[in-house]
Amino acid sequence: MKRILHLSAATPRLGALALVLPLLAFVTVSFVIPLGTLLGKSAYQPEVARVLPQTITELREWTGDGLPSEDAFAAMARELTALGENRPELARVSGAINRVQSGMRGVLNRTARRLARTGQAGSWRATLTGIDSSWEEPATWLAIREAGARFTLRHYLHALDLEQRSGGGIAPKAADERVYTPLMWRTLLVSLGVTLLCLAIGYPIAYMIAASPPARGRILLLLVLVPFWTSLLVRTTAWIVLLQRQGVINGFLVSLGLVPDDGRLQMIYNMTGTFVAMTHVLLPFMVLPLYSVMRSIPKSHMAAAVSLGAAPLQAFRRVYLPQTLPGIGAGSLLVFILAIGYYITPALVGGRTGELISSQIAYHVQTSLNWGLAAALSSILLVAVTVLYLVYSRAIGIERMRLG
Amino acid sequence: MKHAPNAGIVSANEGDRPSAKAGRPSLPGRKLGRCGFNAFCVAGFVFLLAPILVIVPLSFNAEPYFTFTEGMLRLDPEAWSLRWYESIAEDDAWRRALVNSLIIGVAATVLATTLGTLAALGLASPSMPGRTLVTAVLISPMITPIIIVAVGVFFFYSSLGLGQTHAGLILAHAALGAPFVVITVTATLAGFDRTVLRAAASLGAGPMRRFFRIQLPLISPGVFSGGLFAFAASFDEVVVVLFLGGLEQRTIPRQMWAGIREQISPAILALAVFLIAFAVVVLLTVEWLRSRSASAQRSVH
Repeated sequence: MKRILHLSAATPRLGALALVLPLLAFVTVSFVIPLGTLLGKSAYQPEVARVLPQTITELREWTGDGLPSEDAFAAMARELTALGENRPELARVSGAINRVQSGMRGVLNRTARRLARTGQAGSWRATLTGIDSSWEEPATWLAIREAGARFTLRHYLHALDLEQRSGGGIAPKAADERVYTPLMWRTLLVSLGVTLLCLAIGYPIAYMIAASPPARGRILLLLVLVPFWTSLLVRTTAWIVLLQRQGVINGFLVSLGLVPDDGRLQMIYNMTGTFVAMTHVLLPFMVLPLYSVMRSIPKSHMAAAVSLGAAPLQAFRRVYLPQTLPGIGAGSLLVFILAIGYYITPALVGGRTGELISSQIAYHVQTSLNWGLAAALSSILLVAVTVLYLVYSRAIGIERMRLG
Repeated sequence: MKHAPNAGIVSANEGDRPSAKAGRPSLPGRKLGRCGFNAFCVAGFVFLLAPILVIVPLSFNAEPYFTFTEGMLRLDPEAWSLRWYESIAEDDAWRRALVNSLIIGVAATVLATTLGTLAALGLASPSMPGRTLVTAVLISPMITPIIIVAVGVFFFYSSLGLGQTHAGLILAHAALGAPFVVITVTATLAGFDRTVLRAAASLGAGPMRRFFRIQLPLISPGVFSGGLFAFAASFDEVVVVLFLGGLEQRTIPRQMWAGIREQISPAILALAVFLIAFAVVVLLTVEWLRSRSASAQRSVH
């Protein structure tokens, strides 16, 4: 009897788990683990230590004063000679060391090439310094040792525009050398600006839909949903067509004589383009949560306030607005979360001055191949989004998100 | 000024009204305010819709321009043409892209809808342990910046040999689409009356029969619209394809991306009109399913 009772209490739990488990396992493998791997890359870099194991072991014993021992030179020469036959591997390693100290790519490639041709001449130290005088500088060896460390916070320092001082300690870079912190500030400010714009445009729209008679309200809601469902690339294309120098708006202004033909306005491939297109893309995400809150507010509240003597503006501020605060919170948080990670629109219409942090992540993955830095920038962005996401799920509840 | 619904309140405070009235703006002033408000709203709707609407006539431009030519404004038939539609239809690259988009989209949708529906059923059970955390994990692909998803998937899948394969894109798109299914089915289940299942059980129906004959038909509108969301998400996804896909996996959005980046030609506008029509059809279907779901659940009672 006891067993049966126990089982019937346990089975619904197990049953529910068994239903959720397939998706949970799938999302873990196809999504959570890839993100974990990416975050790992921001601090874990085994490549150089794997390809140059003896050199890195030798360099670990070196104090950093003067030059390393002959053993270190010998290990470096042997491993570089072996690498000379494996071009892609050499390119990867020299690239990784080059990111610690620029110029190292050339030194390593040249040395590997010459070693393969000439071999040893005298001591290994004499051989290497004979090929390239950089081998006489401690900085060269420091860079190799730095790149050979398996765990490093270097990428995070780089991503936050900090640098390690030669005397030890960490300090911010000079203002004109900072690249990523200004971009992070720009991303935050643009996201904030877009959120406010969406609120300013979206609030009256949501109000109009909620206040309309049901039939008209449904049609107005559909008008908001059409852009929501329309392909993002189509909407971005539409803004290019409208805003570019030979586009519809400029053409219209020129034909009216408001703008001279040779003075067409630059409204795209800059910050204006990013702002306009992002606001357009994210506006439905503001209108929908606002509308679903406004719909549940009885119209009688405002009417009651007015009939009790409140001026319409006062009634709005004291009675209506406070009741819509949950919608304002939900919409603003959602738009802000989506905005700080936005990639497609800024990449297509932002140009150089309108790019956000996401463009730099793409750049370091695809072009500069500095994957550690891309991973560090991604982790910082992901932490920001996760914090906001947790706030959202605590304050509003994810299950209550309304789609379309 | 209509306060018919609150006639009681109004009459109860009749005595205060004259003094309060003094603080209100005059009637013409309020009319002006209302006009201003309406104008602002209309401007908002124009901002939302005009860019999409402008594309439609421009896609029929006989010239390779992005402005209305004088001929178009005069409605001269010579100035309008279907040439960009023909160029899209005849281009092999676009046809291959459509096939790729359909293969990846359908496979990812089937995967996301099956797993997502099961998960939503589990999450709806009152005895589900750790519901908040599990939901947060399952929904997270929707909120994570797409660039981070793309980069993570690119590194991980490439190391498994799934880079530049359809399978890799299908897995990634299914993970991105599943949250939509979980949300829509969960919403449908919230209005689902579980006593119907108990009634069926008391009449002798087994668990499988109860699910397939009773519960699934009742929540099917939610399942379908979740599937449509998942398909639309895959059909419009470009960033993961950009990183993970190769030449053989070029989808419609990937092909459009290339077109916008390089020299944007009016042929893209013709394709855009096709995609707008697709969006409208999907939207109307989802709205129809929503109203059906509401009426189906009413009719049970």
